[in-house]
Amino acid sequence: MTSATISSTSSAPRLYGLMAEFTTPDQLIEAAKTAREAGYKRLDAYTPYPIEHVSEALALPRSKMPLIVLICGLLGGAGGFLLCYWTQVMIYPWNIGGRPYNSWPAFIVPTFECTILAAALSAVIGMIAINGLPQPYHPVFNVPGFSRASSDRFFLVVEASDPKFDRHETRRFLTKFNPNEVSDIEP
Amino acid sequence: MATLDLEGRQPVYVPPPVVLAPGHTPETVTRKISSIIIAKAPRWWYVAFGISFCFLMMFLTAVTWLFVRGVGIWGINIPAGWGFAIVNFVWWIGIGHAGTLISAILLLLRQDWRTSINRFAEAMTLCAVACAGLFPVLHLGRPWLAYWLIPYPNTMGLWPQFRSPLIWDVFAVSTYATVSLIFWYVGMVPDLGTMRDRAPGKVSRIVFGVLSLGWRGSTRHWHNYESAYLLLAGLATPLVLSVHTVVSFDFAIGIVPGWHSTIFPPYFVAGAIFDGFAMVLTLVLPLRAAFGLHDFITARHLHAMGKVMLATGLVVFYGYLIEIFFAWYSANHDEWFMMKNRMTGPYWFVWAALILCNGLIPQLLWSWKVRSSPLALFLISMSINIGMWLERFVIVIVSLTRDFLPSSWAPYRGTIWDWMTYLGTVGGVFLCLMFLFVRFLPMISMSEMRTLTPGSGSHGAQEAAS
Repeated sequence: MTSATISSTSSAPRLYGLMAEFTTPDQLIEAAKTAREAGYKRLDAYTPYPIEHVSEALALPRSKMPLIVLICGLLGGAGGFLLCYWTQVMIYPWNIGGRPYNSWPAFIVPTFECTILAAALSAVIGMIAINGLPQPYHPVFNVPGFSRASSDRFFLVVEASDPKFDRHETRRFLTKFNPNEVSDIEP
Repeated sequence: MATLDLEGRQPVYVPPPVVLAPGHTPETVTRKISSIIIAKAPRWWYVAFGISFCFLMMFLTAVTWLFVRGVGIWGINIPAGWGFAIVNFVWWIGIGHAGTLISAILLLLRQDWRTSINRFAEAMTLCAVACAGLFPVLHLGRPWLAYWLIPYPNTMGLWPQFRSPLIWDVFAVSTYATVSLIFWYVGMVPDLGTMRDRAPGKVSRIVFGVLSLGWRGSTRHWHNYESAYLLLAGLATPLVLSVHTVVSFDFAIGIVPGWHSTIFPPYFVAGAIFDGFAMVLTLVLPLRAAFGLHDFITARHLHAMGKVMLATGLVVFYGYLIEIFFAWYSANHDEWFMMKNRMTGPYWFVWAALILCNGLIPQLLWSWKVRSSPLALFLISMSINIGMWLERFVIVIVSLTRDFLPSSWAPYRGTIWDWMTYLGTVGGVFLCLMFLFVRFLPMISMSEMRTLTPGSGSHGAQEAAS
């Protein structure tokens, strides 16, 4: 390592990554796709609304949500029925108009409601947990223009932890896509 | 008939078939919707909130007196043990159906006109369900023991009776309230992030920041978010259909004439959607004018809602007619007597008003011109709101006051406390919550509206433009 490189890394602050700001989603999609093809792995895009093509450009794996919700829904349904069965048959049997203790058709409604409740709660809690929320602090908020990510600007971030990341090389790479600005993200 | 009008001449004004007025960009959508919260509240808001606050105080007065004296202050007595409280409960739950229907079912059906009204309708659902939930609890007599309805291990060794429709109700309504709440909140998280980024004051920035969970619009997050939202919609769809079905079981499982009928579940669900859309229109039309939201809630929305009301109204009207047929065809003496009593007995005018409000007046919605007129739509939806309340009155009161044994017949009348409690929820609890909602939270989904703008690169924009 030459002395010049050492001095440049020690004087510049450490980075979380580089952020390119785009005006249209099409620019972002193109940049994300090219960056991934160029070998960048730790990429993320920030958009004011969900855009399917961006997820495709980043080649995100399938969401785990459906599996979580299915499992929790089935557990909720089983739990709902067992609650009815356990209370009405086992620990508190009560003769109501001569109906059998295990009058399962009457237990369908609580079973159904417990299925939906467990599945819906797991969808929300699962989504929040998988996304690592709530997360009040994140380095991207340090970029002044980033507040428009929740309104009308589209951002591509290459994180510094990417093996291919190089402060100058990556900046040059991002500039090729004609962004409004490429900013350093302080950690 | 309105249809004849169209034969002679062409309609004067053709509404653009758009769900978002032309010329909008993501930025203008964000600015317009968030400015309602950021700007100072208009004077009418204070006046309107003040009036509804007075209604809220009236409600609290009535409820306090109820807690002091018990349910004897209401008009209920044997044989009519279910009075206004149950009428109001069913009415409010019905109103609460539009929100989840618009958010969930219309999302799955890809009806993009839902986008500008779903947030608002969901909030209306929550407020309506909050009002609905109050009534059975107040009706308990010992409302402080309401938690006995929840299954939990206790020292008394008691458990709820799961064969009873009243326990089904507890499960259905509490699940519905919970799922509606989380659906509404999850849909709002990205918008709360927007509000955090645009809020002028430090306190509001912190509050919105906490509520938004630190949402930053990452594609990795959107990816799971979209999946979760779609799953919630899929779960809420059977739920919304089940809730009023279960409420109708409260009646249909019983043997009282006029209640014991298999038509109740579908007819209650249709009635709920009918009434829910009517209440959405009742609230949206004045707010659209007050906040100048004509770009987002266009003629297309009014026509679509009018058509949904017309279609569900016809199902409800069919229900009324088939109930009469059933009563006759069953050859059951008590059923047929109940039906004759309903139409010609001491409460005949309630039934007649019901047919007028729910059956005849909504037929005006066939007319293209009526569906284009906000005033006409407002008046029709008011008529439907009243009509649906009358329907529940007819079902509950008329059947109970004259059942099998003439010696036990007795008339029923709501007392001043009944009316204060009912109007207190309408003008007080419900409207207070709605006024607070439109003032402090984004009442139209900004993140979803952005997808309707041209060049947004998402599915909605192409449909909106076509």
